[in-house]
Amino acid sequence: MKIAVCAKVAPDTTTPRIQPSADGSGIDTSGIKFAVSPYDVFAATLGIELKEKGVASSVHAFTVGDDGDAATLRSGVLALGAEDLTLVTGAPGTDALGAARILAAAIEKAGGFGLVLTGKQAIDGDSVQFPAMLAELLGWPLVSMVSGFETDGTTFTAVRNVGSGVQETVSGSLPAVVTCDKGLVQPRYAKLPDIMKAKKKAVHTPSLADLGLSASEVEAKAMHGAFGEPPPRPAGRRLDAGDLGNTVDALLVALRDEAKVL
Amino acid sequence: MSILVLAEHEHGTFKKTAFELLAKAGELAGALGTTVDAAVLGAGADAASLGAYGAARAFVADGDFATYDSDRIVAALHAIVQAAQPTAILAPASYLAKDALPRLTARLGTGQGSECTGLRVEGGAIVGRRPVYAGKVLCDVRVHSTPAVFTVRANSFGQPEAGTGSAEVVAVSFETPAARLTLVSRDTPEQDALDLTEADRIVSGGRSLKSSENFDAVIRPLAKALGATAGASRAAVDAGYAPHEDQVGQTGKTVNPSLYFACGISGAIQHLAGMRTSKVIVAINTDPDAPIFEHATYGIVGDLFEVCPLITEKVAALD
Repeated sequence: MKIAVCAKVAPDTTTPRIQPSADGSGIDTSGIKFAVSPYDVFAATLGIELKEKGVASSVHAFTVGDDGDAATLRSGVLALGAEDLTLVTGAPGTDALGAARILAAAIEKAGGFGLVLTGKQAIDGDSVQFPAMLAELLGWPLVSMVSGFETDGTTFTAVRNVGSGVQETVSGSLPAVVTCDKGLVQPRYAKLPDIMKAKKKAVHTPSLADLGLSASEVEAKAMHGAFGEPPPRPAGRRLDAGDLGNTVDALLVALRDEAKVL
Repeated sequence: MSILVLAEHEHGTFKKTAFELLAKAGELAGALGTTVDAAVLGAGADAASLGAYGAARAFVADGDFATYDSDRIVAALHAIVQAAQPTAILAPASYLAKDALPRLTARLGTGQGSECTGLRVEGGAIVGRRPVYAGKVLCDVRVHSTPAVFTVRANSFGQPEAGTGSAEVVAVSFETPAARLTLVSRDTPEQDALDLTEADRIVSGGRSLKSSENFDAVIRPLAKALGATAGASRAAVDAGYAPHEDQVGQTGKTVNPSLYFACGISGAIQHLAGMRTSKVIVAINTDPDAPIFEHATYGIVGDLFEVCPLITEKVAALD
């Protein structure tokens, strides 16, 4: 069984400030450090762990992005032990459905996959659409927000976080699409020698036509624009009535009478 | 040609998000010259009562939705969409909206705008306003296909007053797909609090709690007294003081409450990203220079071990 890891390159979480571009069509990417989206690192780590356990024969990375993403995914995913990367660059500005159509086609074309692992969401668009759309297009069952996963290569058991702290353990048969949440694995980050070795690994860059898709099939239906700064928060104030008891009373009065939230 | 609202319910009781979305849909429908319909999964809820919040028709898929099965939900919603023929679909940004709904969107071959905090009509179409990059930036989302699907964060528009009226109930049948996942067990936490993403009040603790015992002794009682859901910073979760499903922030949950208490949380950018849309933020921290104070509506410089129990005590005394 082969495992496909769908991973996206996004601004690193430590990026202190993300600003809209001057024309509002997106964000200003100058000075931003890019990394593999953290939940996708969980997916890659789980894939490699399953390969090490002998459950999977190999792990293959897939992404929709631009040429610059290859280097980030080499050091972030290939260096962990994935065989190769399939990078589709022919659909700039596509939406989640377009990306799902592209990667469903790429995964089906390569064939032999029993499991698709991906992050529960990418931390740039925060749309949480792609994994479910991919499962729908592949016709595979979907298990979302998974924090525990075991498989023998034929069947699987997964723990999913369905909200309000409720965890469900579900079982099923592969193939399946699984989205990875925090707590699933201890994420791995490659060491320099492995990053150097990963430079020799193959990066496939099929065109849309190679995947049997036309440009119109992957054209974005959901369009994002008018990027802007969030409105500034109104200035707050420090409460200090000398005595702690009086300060807390002042807080409760402010919450009740001024903010009207109590 | 209506706006179809997914009215979620739990054991027959509609969630607050159902009323919030129906009221907003009514406003949008007024501007678009259309009407509002509701989609209800299962016959266990009083679908006609949604008329009090503006639903003209309530499409009810009669099936067993007691356990969560996304295949069944997608099939049911697809049948409702075929019957209602909406121009737009509004759904709360719940687990269902992240798991089943995008599958429906893909099955319909349309586009979706996720996690909106604002919706308006412009040029004869609905435009969503939503946070991206964990709330560091906002943007518009427009869907150039029909139906246009939008999911909306809880508490974005506030709770409407119930009016009068009764929705016409339309039963919708669908073919139940064979189950592909088997539920082995379900683990429900003891506290009966709303999910962080739906909560209207949240009390979060940070690294300063120093232990999970302290977290349980200081943060959870305050949350309970306020009728709030407990949350935690990444530092507190990484240190094992709280489970990861409690984490608020860029690699945790993005929350949108009316009232957010940040106790012993310094206010790292990743945490702020997850809670900055809170309407009122109360910060309690010993460090007067902690960045959280720049974002707080009310700040108290003090030791959370003294301040929090006192708030708990005084809030409990209010009732």
